[in-house]
Amino acid sequence: MSVSTKNPTPTNPQSQLDIRRLGSNIIGPAVLLGPAGLWLFLLLVLPTLIIFQLSLVPNIKPGDLVIPSGIENYLRVFEPIKLQVMGRSLFFSIGTTIFCLGLGFPVAYWLAQMSPKRWRNLLLLGFVLPLWTSSLLRSYAWITILRRTGLLNTVLTAIGLPALDLLNRSSAVLIGMTYSYLPYMVLILYASLEKLDKRLLEASADLGAKPLESFWKITVPQTMPGIAAGSLLVFISCMGDFVDPELLGGASSMTAARLIYNQFLGATQNWGFGSAMSMVLIMFVTVGIALLLKYGDRDVAR
Amino acid sequence: MSDKLSQQQEEIPADMLNKPKIQVSWQVIFSVVMYLFMYLPIFVLSLYSFNQSAYSATWEGFTLQWYGKLFSDRRILSAFQNSLTVAFSAVLISALFGTLLAVGLSRYKFPGKNLFLGVSYLPLIVPDIAIAVATLVFLAAVQIRLSLWTIVAAHIVFCLAYIALAVSTRLADLNPFLEEAALDLGASPTQAFIKVLLPQLLPGIVSGCLIAFVLSMDDFLIASFTAGTGSTTLPMEVFSRIRTGVKPDINALSVILILASGTLAFIGQYLSNKSQEKKG
Repeated sequence: MSVSTKNPTPTNPQSQLDIRRLGSNIIGPAVLLGPAGLWLFLLLVLPTLIIFQLSLVPNIKPGDLVIPSGIENYLRVFEPIKLQVMGRSLFFSIGTTIFCLGLGFPVAYWLAQMSPKRWRNLLLLGFVLPLWTSSLLRSYAWITILRRTGLLNTVLTAIGLPALDLLNRSSAVLIGMTYSYLPYMVLILYASLEKLDKRLLEASADLGAKPLESFWKITVPQTMPGIAAGSLLVFISCMGDFVDPELLGGASSMTAARLIYNQFLGATQNWGFGSAMSMVLIMFVTVGIALLLKYGDRDVAR
Repeated sequence: MSDKLSQQQEEIPADMLNKPKIQVSWQVIFSVVMYLFMYLPIFVLSLYSFNQSAYSATWEGFTLQWYGKLFSDRRILSAFQNSLTVAFSAVLISALFGTLLAVGLSRYKFPGKNLFLGVSYLPLIVPDIAIAVATLVFLAAVQIRLSLWTIVAAHIVFCLAYIALAVSTRLADLNPFLEEAALDLGASPTQAFIKVLLPQLLPGIVSGCLIAFVLSMDDFLIASFTAGTGSTTLPMEVFSRIRTGVKPDINALSVILILASGTLAFIGQYLSNKSQEKKG
């Protein structure tokens, strides 16, 4: 799948091959592409342009006339408190990406190379199935596990260890996010590791390389596009995650997505600043997508 | 089996033989632990939903009272009904538009096609919060009153992308000559589309629809930005209850939803895997 927003194909008069089939040059494409195209234009492209326009209006209220008048909203993003929020979003995203990579790689490797072939598809499906259950309820489940009287502390105190206070802290957010995005990472690494040529590993072992050396010199370089794709996808998803920080992080874990939410639906209604924050987030994601297309495995870049 | 191993041991130097053996056990154990990690939350919720104690993690006896409470909860039921209305409407319209889109994209080349393609798949990657903000701002700008149907309109954006993707994948594996043969034999383009192409695309459409349905039922952010007063969806209702404390009837709800969405997603994934296997 390609997510290019650049380099549209140049006009090619010879390319309209099959059109005679539909009897007209216009009706066919219009019927097939029109409805979805119009919908996406009205509800995705146009609104993004409107957000951009709104982001240039300081202190706008819903319903005000919109007159662009400067970059004040963007300057507010650089206030120390806002920078702290962006920094926390980055911290959660980078931390989660590292955890997902560390935990996901061995699982993906086992699934792609070592698991019984007959069961492989089913095993993979089994690993990513929790992904399809409600994201809210998954976070909620972690609340019941991590809260003071939750499962974890019940087990810990039962075996004589001190109780941990993990909920409403960064640690809970990192646990919840890692849990949420691990299946994505495994799915993408799997696709990449499946193509790994095992004979190269055997050859390097025959030539005297230690397993760790083979891993770094053969497995990692060969699966680099998958690693890049998985890491960037997890990173992008984390930057926009609202549910995990909101439910597990408590008041002190304000992230970019939560800040945007508050500007629109919370007590602090400031659509202009919210739009600016939204544009900054979109920019982060755009950079992520651009890197994904450049370094990631195109087959798995979804 | 052990005979075979001992035979191999004679041929391969001892230090090389040990490594793969250690690696195998290490990765299997690690993977099993990660599988347990993935299913731990689901297991915990299920267990608690049958636990008599409302607020303690310890087991105090089996009960079905939380399920009973759930099914007599009017607000949950009406939120559930709203969610179903939204998901069915959004998926139905997206199935139509998305299939047409995928066929159109595979069939035509035109200036700006890559841009068009990029925009169609953008909702798969762009964070929900950005889509939510965009839709709200748009609805405010054109002064459309928020209601259940504005949620539907917003959900179509991402449902469309998932269905188009599933159909495109299927389309890429099809034999293009079948449709041409139908046309050569005198079928009209519409006939060829409905009688030849559509049946072949069906597994892709169904799997795309199931996944889009699950995602629509699960969406909290976009719905809460685009819902009018009185059009609370299930995730919105669940969110507000989680925020106000841990409620045992939510455990019961979780179990039902997890079973339902898990089953749908499993069927959807299974269908798409199946249709991809066939090409090989």
